[in-house]
Amino acid sequence: MTTGRVAIVDLGLGNLHSVAKAFERAGANAELSSDPDVLLRADRLVMPGQGAFKECAHVLNGEIGEAVRSWIDSGRPYLGICLGMQALFEASEEAPGEKGLGIFPGTVKRFDADLRDAEGRRLKVPHIGWNQIESTHPVFENGEWYYFVHSYYCVPDDERLVVATTDYGATFCSAIARDNVMACQFHPEKSQHAGARLIGHFLGDVSWS
Amino acid sequence: MLAKRIIPCLDVKDGRVVKGVKFVGLRDAGDPVECAQRYSAGGADEITFLDITASHENRRTLFDLVDRTASTVAVPLTVGGGVRERRDVSELLHAGADKVSINSAAVANPTFIKDMAEAYGAQAIVVAIDAKRVSGETDKWTVYTHGGRRDTGLDAIAWAKQMADYGAGEILLTSMDRDGTQDGYDLVLTRAVVDAISIPVVASGGVGTLEHVHEGLAGGGADAALAASIFHDGHYTVAEVKKYLLDQGVCVRPPEQD
Repeated sequence: MTTGRVAIVDLGLGNLHSVAKAFERAGANAELSSDPDVLLRADRLVMPGQGAFKECAHVLNGEIGEAVRSWIDSGRPYLGICLGMQALFEASEEAPGEKGLGIFPGTVKRFDADLRDAEGRRLKVPHIGWNQIESTHPVFENGEWYYFVHSYYCVPDDERLVVATTDYGATFCSAIARDNVMACQFHPEKSQHAGARLIGHFLGDVSWS
Repeated sequence: MLAKRIIPCLDVKDGRVVKGVKFVGLRDAGDPVECAQRYSAGGADEITFLDITASHENRRTLFDLVDRTASTVAVPLTVGGGVRERRDVSELLHAGADKVSINSAAVANPTFIKDMAEAYGAQAIVVAIDAKRVSGETDKWTVYTHGGRRDTGLDAIAWAKQMADYGAGEILLTSMDRDGTQDGYDLVLTRAVVDAISIPVVASGGVGTLEHVHEGLAGGGADAALAASIFHDGHYTVAEVKKYLLDQGVCVRPPEQD
């Protein structure tokens, strides 16, 4: 397995230390950068994300966004995490009027204010903590536990993009994949064994779909 | 379905794990990084460090500790203690903490929480509330600061609500009456706070047995159970706690077989 260099897109919006650490634990040479040249010279690109869609959209409106777009077009491996997944879509209820990268048609929605579990108990938003995924995709194990922290989730127009779903009051899309692009709502870097397996797949010789 | 979380807490002083009873009488309980690794391997859903180092010079020790822990532990790491200003928050997050827990500084300046939640996201900001039952009352608690030495007179429930409104991502609720006693969580307090706010509540203070953990999550309604001495003293492993909870029908992330 040759992992090569992993560039982690630094949008300047949050703490990416734990993402970098997770890739280093997996044996990769990971570099945080906001420089399009550095990003485009890597072998693999990771776009993590914390913070708000609005600020993210603003930063992606510039040259970093162009770099990410051209990276994805080039067919090289891309992993989006949390906001790095949401940013691939066209728009978000979190910031009406702001544009995402629009790589995939679809939007990002907020969990209902009156979300309830099967027993009728009110569920809290944000959805914080460990939850399971349902998936038949080869990079996942059905029922694996991942760590989530979010109030918004992606709704792709094309349901065939969805490779994992999670139940939180309702079933939502927790991972998408197409060609060279994989993106997940959960945080593999915080998800212990399951996360390490996913990162291992990303660093290996894998095609997502 | 979202799992209830089990969070071992490490009270850290000058780079070592310590644990006191009712905030005094500290005992040495080992190397924080090693402890965090052991708990994480055993299935801990999150790790919390509470730094009780008195001197500001020794903060570097904490940053180093957080950095080394984040390098080896792949579950969320919360760090609190002595967080007074924006720089403290930013330094901890940069060292590798996922969440920063704030106590006295929130009381001194509640808008600090608003500012920090806006700057770093609510998910990164935990407000720690040390609550003590008002003498002679059954359902009234006030908020203490400065490691439990100062009674602010603030009503704990109202304060939790205010902090949730100000953008806190989570409340770490410690019963000072129970902390270190191993008599179990203050379930009335826990339930009162859980019912009053819509952000997650981490119950803390008083766990001595497996039943206590179950009570805090079930009867108390907490989203997560934080405990220190039952783990440090080797009474139970995280895996044992989780197995017990699973047997009781509580949804937790099962420990993995390595």
